[in-house]
Amino acid sequence: MSESAQTILSVRHLSKSFGDHRVLRDVDFDVRAGEVVCIIGASGSGKSTLLRCMNRLETPDGGAVEYRGETVGAPGFDLARYRTRVGMVFQQFNLFANMNVLQNCVVGQMKALHRSRAESEQNAMRFLERVGMKAFIHAKPRQLSGGQKQRVAIARALAMDPEVLLFDEPTSALDPEMVGEVLDVMRRLAASGLTMLVVTHEMAFARDVSDRVVFMDEGVIVEQGAPEQLFTHPAQPRTREFLRRVL
Amino acid sequence: MPNAESGFFAWVWFFVQTYGPMFLRGAGTTLLIALTGTLAGFLIGLGVGVVRTIPCRREDGALRWALLRAVRGILAVYIEVFRSTPMIVQAMVIYYGCAQLFGLNLPQLLAGFAIVSINTGAYLSEIMRGGIQSVDPGQREAAAAIGLTHGQTMRSVVLPQAIRNTLPALGNEFVVNIKDTSVLNVISVSELFFVSKSAAGTYFKYFEVFFITSVIYFVMTFACTRLLRLLEKKMDGPENYTIHGSQTVPEGELKLKGGDAR
Repeated sequence: MSESAQTILSVRHLSKSFGDHRVLRDVDFDVRAGEVVCIIGASGSGKSTLLRCMNRLETPDGGAVEYRGETVGAPGFDLARYRTRVGMVFQQFNLFANMNVLQNCVVGQMKALHRSRAESEQNAMRFLERVGMKAFIHAKPRQLSGGQKQRVAIARALAMDPEVLLFDEPTSALDPEMVGEVLDVMRRLAASGLTMLVVTHEMAFARDVSDRVVFMDEGVIVEQGAPEQLFTHPAQPRTREFLRRVL
Repeated sequence: MPNAESGFFAWVWFFVQTYGPMFLRGAGTTLLIALTGTLAGFLIGLGVGVVRTIPCRREDGALRWALLRAVRGILAVYIEVFRSTPMIVQAMVIYYGCAQLFGLNLPQLLAGFAIVSINTGAYLSEIMRGGIQSVDPGQREAAAAIGLTHGQTMRSVVLPQAIRNTLPALGNEFVVNIKDTSVLNVISVSELFFVSKSAAGTYFKYFEVFFITSVIYFVMTFACTRLLRLLEKKMDGPENYTIHGSQTVPEGELKLKGGDAR
């Protein structure tokens, strides 16, 4: 990744508390176009909260998230439009339970992007095919396995043609035999040049696929760098300690 | 016509023959008011439930916040007042109140319809709010994350699921209303109870007439209950069907695993 690549998202001095618990403390980092960034760290280290603050599902207490120089959530900022540009894939999939697979991938395009039904469906089919779910367009979410649901959720996010996709532990709720199919889809997306920010416990994925790995602990970014450097020569004792436990 | 020595069933038969069409008209009125009142009450409940779940944060604008708080206060008063007084009393206050305060002489049928709607609306408001809040928060987050506004999220994602979950409570309310519309006799709505009272009064044969009346009520409520259950089974519901709210406990939840639904 060249240093000159355009910065899409900047996190500036972000902090967030739930009650007395300070989940994020002065977090600072950038995401550049085309980059695949994995955020790793123990449960409760603030990874998911960071991601949720970035698309404003949580309101930060301090600091800011900037999208192409605009402050997210500032007066006059078009949050709905921003969210069509920065998509999200959830740990629990969150497919719309009252819609079938195709409708799940069409509703956002029609309502938020004002595309026609025909165009939305055509676009949805393209992405459903890419995640291998084209045969299931009439299925309801409850009829699908976890891995299938997550692949549909990825297609739903992609159908909005986002600039960045945020993945919040996309494989953590899956049975072990389904993790592979979702990671395969994500690998292909990474290879296609999509900008991705992935909170994950899948160390092999972080090592093989990402351009940069960010290690978080107790609400701060302890260390970040290229995967080979961070995984083989971690500079910080806390990083070494964490990697010893998970690898 | 039977005389003083005639038995119970002779009188019953006499009333069925003589007043049959009148009973049927009364039963028809009862069903009409119960059905339209429940549907109108559902729309009221839906509207109130939606307003009461609009996110209300001060930073979205002080005026909007104040307005929303005021409207919510009024709605809370409406719900509490109508849930805490008997419908028979509400009927008297509304019917005679309208006449005395505004010189408004409502036709009885219209007054009955209005009273049942407002009363049912109060109960269903709480049930709808529970139904809306019970939809998995992840559904709302996912809708927000693809750029849907609050209104779009409600219409496309939350309300269809909330309504589905509250349909059993709605059916229940309808059955309750078939029985409870009997209180409208105090404002002379010619529903089944009022018709029965008139027939019985003419001959001083209360037991015989109200025996027939109870049979008609039973047939109506039993048939409707069965019909509603059949409908619920036909609808493909979520794996865990959550039934929301009873008249006494609107927060109440009953989770049914798919298949064991009764």
